[in-house]
Amino acid sequence: MTDIIVEYRGISKFFAGIRALENVDFACRAGSVHGILGENGAGKSTLIKIMSGVLQPDSGEIRLQGKPVSFAMPQAATDAGIVSMFQELSLIPDLSVADNISIARPPRRFGLIDRRAQMRRAEELLARIRCEDVDPNALVRELSLSRRQMVEIAKALGRDPKVLILDEATSALTTRDVQTVYDLLGELKAQGVASLFISHRMHEVDALCDTLSVFRNGQHIETFPKGAKTEREIVQLMIGRDVEAQFPPKPDRHPGQDLGEPVVRIQNLSWNNRLNGIDLSVRRGEIVGLGGLDGQGQKELLLALFGVLRDVEGEVTIGGVKGIPSSPAAAKIGATRLALVPEDRKTEGLMLGMPISDNLLASSFGRISRGPFIDPTLARKTVEEAIARLQIKAGSPADPVMTLSGGNQQKVVIAKWLMIDPDVILLNDPTRGIDVGTKQEIYRLMRDLANAGKAILFYSSDYAELIGCCDRASVLYGGRVVAEKRGDELTEESLVAASLNIDVEAA
Amino acid sequence: MRQAPAQRWFFQNVGFASAVLMFAVLYICYNMLHPRGFSSAVAIQNANEAAAIAFVAMAQTLPVLLGGLDLSVGAVMTLSNCVASVVVNGSPAEITFGALLTLLSGTAFGLMNGLIVVYGRIQPIVATLATGAVAMGFALLIRPKPGGDVDGDLGWALTNAVWDFADTYGFAGGGDAWWIRPFANIPMALVLVVVITAAVWIPFRRSVTGRTVYAIGSAEGAAYMSGLPIARAKIAAFTLGGFFAACGGLYLAIQTSSGNADIQQAGAYTLNSIAAVVLGGTSLLGGVGSVVGSLVGVGILRVISFYFRILDIDPLLQPLIEGLVLLGAVSIGAIRTIRVKNKLDLFR
Repeated sequence: MTDIIVEYRGISKFFAGIRALENVDFACRAGSVHGILGENGAGKSTLIKIMSGVLQPDSGEIRLQGKPVSFAMPQAATDAGIVSMFQELSLIPDLSVADNISIARPPRRFGLIDRRAQMRRAEELLARIRCEDVDPNALVRELSLSRRQMVEIAKALGRDPKVLILDEATSALTTRDVQTVYDLLGELKAQGVASLFISHRMHEVDALCDTLSVFRNGQHIETFPKGAKTEREIVQLMIGRDVEAQFPPKPDRHPGQDLGEPVVRIQNLSWNNRLNGIDLSVRRGEIVGLGGLDGQGQKELLLALFGVLRDVEGEVTIGGVKGIPSSPAAAKIGATRLALVPEDRKTEGLMLGMPISDNLLASSFGRISRGPFIDPTLARKTVEEAIARLQIKAGSPADPVMTLSGGNQQKVVIAKWLMIDPDVILLNDPTRGIDVGTKQEIYRLMRDLANAGKAILFYSSDYAELIGCCDRASVLYGGRVVAEKRGDELTEESLVAASLNIDVEAA
Repeated sequence: MRQAPAQRWFFQNVGFASAVLMFAVLYICYNMLHPRGFSSAVAIQNANEAAAIAFVAMAQTLPVLLGGLDLSVGAVMTLSNCVASVVVNGSPAEITFGALLTLLSGTAFGLMNGLIVVYGRIQPIVATLATGAVAMGFALLIRPKPGGDVDGDLGWALTNAVWDFADTYGFAGGGDAWWIRPFANIPMALVLVVVITAAVWIPFRRSVTGRTVYAIGSAEGAAYMSGLPIARAKIAAFTLGGFFAACGGLYLAIQTSSGNADIQQAGAYTLNSIAAVVLGGTSLLGGVGSVVGSLVGVGILRVISFYFRILDIDPLLQPLIEGLVLLGAVSIGAIRTIRVKNKLDLFR
C-alpha cells in the first residue's frame, strides 16, 4: 500500500516572476485515486503539467518509482507510463476516432498503419468504457463534447498507464458516463495504477478518491485520507488566510432600497449547452458579480450579451428594449450602450503592435471623426484625456501598446471602452495577471462608475474581489445561477461552497 | 448513430465528392461535344496536357494539408525541368540515371524548404517565396535559353498510349500480349500519375508521418500533446512536395524534349496548383483533403480550358470564365461558417 510511484521534491515553477508552484513536496501511491483540490490558480494545473512533461520545473526533482526523471516533452512522460487527459482535449478533430485512439503508437504491418488492427483496438477500448455507440470511423469533430471526452479516456487507457491524470475529465460527461469512469478507476486501482483526479465537483471527489491533497497559492497545504476532514474544513483549507486587498467603500444601502428598474434583465438565457437558463438582472449604480469556478458559463454570458454568440435563446431586455444586440458594433451604439472588457486582452482586447493612441480610439472613431476623416486635433485631445483619466503610464501615445506593462495594457482596454460612455459595462476577469496597485485603481474606478449611474456586470475568478467590489454576486454552476449572495452572505466560504454546488450549512 | 459506410464517407468528404461529380459531368459533356469524343486520341491529348500540372498540384497539397502554402512548387518544377533537359539522354543506363538525378534535385530542394520552415521557424509562404526565387535562379543558370536534348524515344513512349510504350521498348510482345491488351489504349501520362500516386502517396498517408501531417493541420497543439513527430512530419511533407514537383518537371521535359526556365510559366503553375488543391476539396486551413482530390481539381481546371477549343468562345473571355467557375467552386467551402455559433470562432 505504501509504494510511492511519483514523488515531487522541492518543485518550484515561476512564470515571469509570478509564483505558480513553490517548493512543493508531493507524493502519490500506486493503487490509489488521489484527488487534488484548490481554488482557481492554486497551482493544480502547473502540478500536473510538470508531471506530464508539458512544463519543466525551475528547480526541484521528480522521482518515478524512486528514480529521478525529467521529461522534456509530453512524449517522454507518456513513454514512462504517465498518461494525462487535459481539460483542453488533445484530440485531432479531422481524424477518425480509431486514428485518434492509436495516434502516437498505431499498430503496424509492413511499416504501415494497420487500419484493421487499429479498428479492432478502438472497438475493444470503447467497449471497455461502454461506448459501443461511438463509431470508430466517425471523425472526432462530428462527436458531441461528452463523446469526445470518452474517446479521450479510451485513448489514455490504450497507453497502459501507470499513472493516469484526469484533469476535469468528467466536466462534460453524462451521469451514465461518470458512473463508467468511476468503475474504470476502481478497476485501475485494483491493478495498481495511480490516478490523479482533479475535479471541481466535490461530490465526485468524495465518491472516487481515497486520498486528498489541498493546494493554495502554489503551495501544497496538506494531504490526508478521505474522511479525515469535513467538507467545511476542506473549504477552509482551500481559502486559507490571505491579506485582503484594499477595496473602496460600498455605498450604504438598506435592504429593499429601490434602485429603479433593471437596465439589463435576463430571463432563461440558453446557448449551445453552455448556458442553461440564466436569470439575472442589473440595475444602474450596481456592481453585480459573477462567481463560480472557471468555465461554468460566465464568459459565455458576457459574450452573449455583447452580441458575439449566435442562436442565443431566452429573453433579454436592455434599457427597456427587448433583444440582444446583433454584434459588438451594434452593442456600442444606440440608446443603451454596452462595453465588454474581454477575457484575453492580448488577442481580443488590443492590437498589440499598434500605437496606444489607435488602441484607445478603436471603439470610438465615430466620435472623433468629421465626415469620413479622423479629426487629428480631437483625436489627440481625446487620447490625452483618457491617458490622464486612467493614469496610464506610457512614454508616448505613439508607442506600440505591447511596450506597456500588463496593468497599463488593461487600463488601455478599459479606457477604450469608457470613451463610448457606456451605460452597461461587462467585465471579464479584468484584473487577471496584473499588479496589486493597478488592481486597486481598477476597483476604485469601478465604484466611481457605478456611483455615476453605470450598471456593471463583473466576472472574476478571485473570490476576494467579488466580496470586496460587488453589491451582490451570482454564482454560476453548469450554465445556471445556483446562488445569489448579497450583504453579509457575501463571504468567501459561501462563494466557494456555492461554486462547488455544495451546501456548507448542511455539511 | 452509426451511418452506412458509403453515407458516412460522403459526409466526411463532401468537398472531394462534389469535385469528383463536377469533374465527371464536365468531362462527359466535353466528350459529347467533341467531334472525336470518347476516343483514345482525345484522352491521350488531355492526359498529356494535364500531367505536369497534376504533379505540381500534388506537390502543393502537402504544405496545404499542414496549413501553409508553398509558393516554390512551380519554380522547383522548372528547375527539375531544366536539369532533365541536360541529363536525360544517351544510353538507357544514362537516361535512367538522369531521370533519378532530376527527381533527386527537386526532392533535395523540397528537403531544404522543410528544413528552413522547421528550423528557421519561418512561415511556409514566406520561406518558399524566397526559395522559389532561388530555384528559378538555378534553373536560369542551367538553361539560360530554352532548349535541350531529351531522349526522343522516351518522349514518344510516355506521351502516347500504353501500347506505344510497350511497342517502343519491345516488351509484352510489343504491346500485343494478352495481359496488356485491356490497358492498351490508356494514356501513359495517366498511368504515370496513377502509379506514382499509388506507390508514394497511399503508403505515405498510412504512415505515422503522413497522419501527423494531417494532425498538424487539424490541431497542432493537440498533435504536440499527443507526442507526434511534428518536425519530422513537416520536413517529410515539404520533401515529398519537392519530389512531386520534380516528377512534374521531368514529365514536362520528356513531353517537350526540352527545358525552359520561364519565370511566368513557373508562376502560373504555382497559382494553378493552389486552385487545383482548393477545387479538390483540400482545406486551406489544413487537416482536410488529399492528393487524390487535387488530381480531380486539376481535371476540373484543365477541362474548363479544353472547352474553349471546341466551343466557339472568344479567347479573351477565357480568364473571366475560368475565374467565375473557380469562384463558384470555392464558395462551397464557405458554407461551414453559417453553422458557427460563437462569432469569435470565425477569426480563429
